[in-house]
Amino acid sequence: MTTISPTRPRRQLSLRQQDLRTGWLLVIPALLVILGVTLWPIIYTFILSFYHAPTGINQVRTFVGLGNYLEMIKDQTFWETIGRTMYFTIVSVGLEMVLGMAIAQLIHSHPWGWKFLRFSLIIPWAVPTIVNGAMWRWIYSADFGALNGLLMQLGLIKHYVPWLTFPNLAMPLVILADVWHTMPFVALILQAALATLPLELDEAAAVDGANAFQRFWQIRLPLLRPAILVALIARAVDAFRVFDIVYIITSSGPANRTLTITYLTYLNTFPWGNQGIGASLSFLISIFTISMALIFIRFLYHPEETQ
Amino acid sequence: MRTLNKITLFALALIIAFGMVGCQKKQAGGVVIHVLTMDQAGLKPAEIDQIAREFETLNPDIKVSMEYVGYDYVHDKIVTGMAATPPGYDAAMIDVIWPDEFIKAGYLLDVTNRVTADMKANMFPASWNGVTRNGKIYGMPWLMDVKYFMYNKDILTKAGIAAPPTTWEELIAQATTIKQQGLVEFPIIWSWNQKEGVVCDFTVLLFGNGGAFLDASGKPVFNNEKGVQVLTWMKQSLDAGLSNPSSVSSDENAVEADFMAGKSAFAVNWLFQYSDSNDATKSQIVGQAALAPMPVFAAGAAAGIKGSSVDGSSSFAIMATSRYPDQTWKFLTYLASNEVQTKYSAEMLPVWQNDFQGDALAKLLAATPNNPVTVPAFLAQFPYANERPTVAYYNEASAALQLAIQEALTGVKTPQQALDEAAAKWVSLASK
Repeated sequence: MTTISPTRPRRQLSLRQQDLRTGWLLVIPALLVILGVTLWPIIYTFILSFYHAPTGINQVRTFVGLGNYLEMIKDQTFWETIGRTMYFTIVSVGLEMVLGMAIAQLIHSHPWGWKFLRFSLIIPWAVPTIVNGAMWRWIYSADFGALNGLLMQLGLIKHYVPWLTFPNLAMPLVILADVWHTMPFVALILQAALATLPLELDEAAAVDGANAFQRFWQIRLPLLRPAILVALIARAVDAFRVFDIVYIITSSGPANRTLTITYLTYLNTFPWGNQGIGASLSFLISIFTISMALIFIRFLYHPEETQ
Repeated sequence: MRTLNKITLFALALIIAFGMVGCQKKQAGGVVIHVLTMDQAGLKPAEIDQIAREFETLNPDIKVSMEYVGYDYVHDKIVTGMAATPPGYDAAMIDVIWPDEFIKAGYLLDVTNRVTADMKANMFPASWNGVTRNGKIYGMPWLMDVKYFMYNKDILTKAGIAAPPTTWEELIAQATTIKQQGLVEFPIIWSWNQKEGVVCDFTVLLFGNGGAFLDASGKPVFNNEKGVQVLTWMKQSLDAGLSNPSSVSSDENAVEADFMAGKSAFAVNWLFQYSDSNDATKSQIVGQAALAPMPVFAAGAAAGIKGSSVDGSSSFAIMATSRYPDQTWKFLTYLASNEVQTKYSAEMLPVWQNDFQGDALAKLLAATPNNPVTVPAFLAQFPYANERPTVAYYNEASAALQLAIQEALTGVKTPQQALDEAAAKWVSLASK
């Protein structure tokens, strides 16, 4: 006697599950592309950082473990470059925060022409960094520069000054160009945040006799902390990776006095063909920038205080 | 039906996603070859474009897509272009200092068997030296350039100077006279910024003082007394206000701009500066620029050195992974042909030595208004062109030397200290 086993009932997916499955099916191709062009290069670079990897086709790569990292850490140029990059980051971002806050306050007080001022802020920020660098290189030009022309007309200098040839002045001049370009970003973020603050607190403090500085320092500034944090992290990480403006204005000179860590990475990777060193430097830069972001979050992010 | 729709949607999403990644323009009928070169020395982009169009007319099945970038970007564009398959470029301009690195990297196609007997016999032997390693040829000679000594005739006449200097010591004396008379504030301009130009100028001066980069065993010797004397002289010329202090941040384009504005009496630069100086759309000194043999140091002259410059030649190489080596070689052959090089010789003289002989010479001299000046200057200067070291790690070695020279010029270190550190770096690089 034969028995017929009962057929297993087909599991029915709910409508939500069906939609979810369709959604995933549609997203997976794009996700694969995104992972391919973002995650894979990161993984590949990480692997590369453990190899002696000269540039070229079918080049033999030798596994050196942490050799590339140790070579950099022992290298005096690396630490000098880190110090120089920190200097650029601290001064540049510091100036941007102070000036950005001052301008945000100015716009927030709605003086005559404040809308024009706010619009004007976008112009330096909208200029591509490469164009900004080329513009400032011409401004600083010893023989044809606008800076020399202006100072001569004002009678402040008697001879044209070759600004970019002074080892201790080159970096501050690059910083000035960077601040001009990116300060508006900070100002706009802070101005937008100021506009959302409740007026009542400010008014109540004024009634209680607090002067303008006290109201700014003790009321607005603490309330602006989340916006400051966003601007600070975005700018500090960006400033630490500075490359293009240095490349255009000074090419790391004079005498390496504007050589930053990303520029050193570029030199190793492309002109010098040391891809393993370049990859390890890239990861060291990542470690530095992530550490910076974590420090800022640790000291500035207190959501309970702003609620 | 519902399943079919989902499969269709999935396939569509897949096609769009990967299709966007793999977008590539295809040329109907024939092939497109991509060629990278510089927009600085040699021919101007408009001239090369014109040559490419002439070639396309003669070869309708080949289209030439030219890409021009500043000299400083060519090397890196080649490196990144070679990371792709097929490569970003079928051919690229190769500076005389790059072949060793690129051959080691496997970037350059061996074209030994494509070079004809006519090419070998009639192009300057020096032009082949730049692209030949271990008996194999890796490129087509294209531009033979050296650094020239240029001066402003009008300024020298006003200063009462009858002839340009023959030694660097005479240059200092003449520059002092010009400065004292207030004709220009800084009589001499150089490309001494932290790039290859400063190494080129150092080469000119070093060999003109009887120095060298390496000894017979390959050991660096540019830090010996000859090299230190040269770097000390460079620094002193800046301190005396005779060399323009902006030289420390100037490249060759900045040197040209300064010279063409009439702000300098003397300049050292590639040939393009001469033709540009006579271009009224760019220059304020049309008709005033002149070429003279590069001076040497008095000590070098006493030791029998008759001239010293630096070889700045370049070639075109076919990329090893190019899909169209035959078509590319055809274009390069046209680009470097006698006829084309003679026709476009205003800023770049031919690589063919037979163009400088007999009837061809008369034709070359008459080809452009500049040639009666530039051809004799080339023949006088090129025999004294010195080579920078031909090593695969040249770029990194050069960077160390650039740094050393800048450190000395800006007073960060003494010439001896700076050159010693660069020499130590070269030893370290050679041992890797």
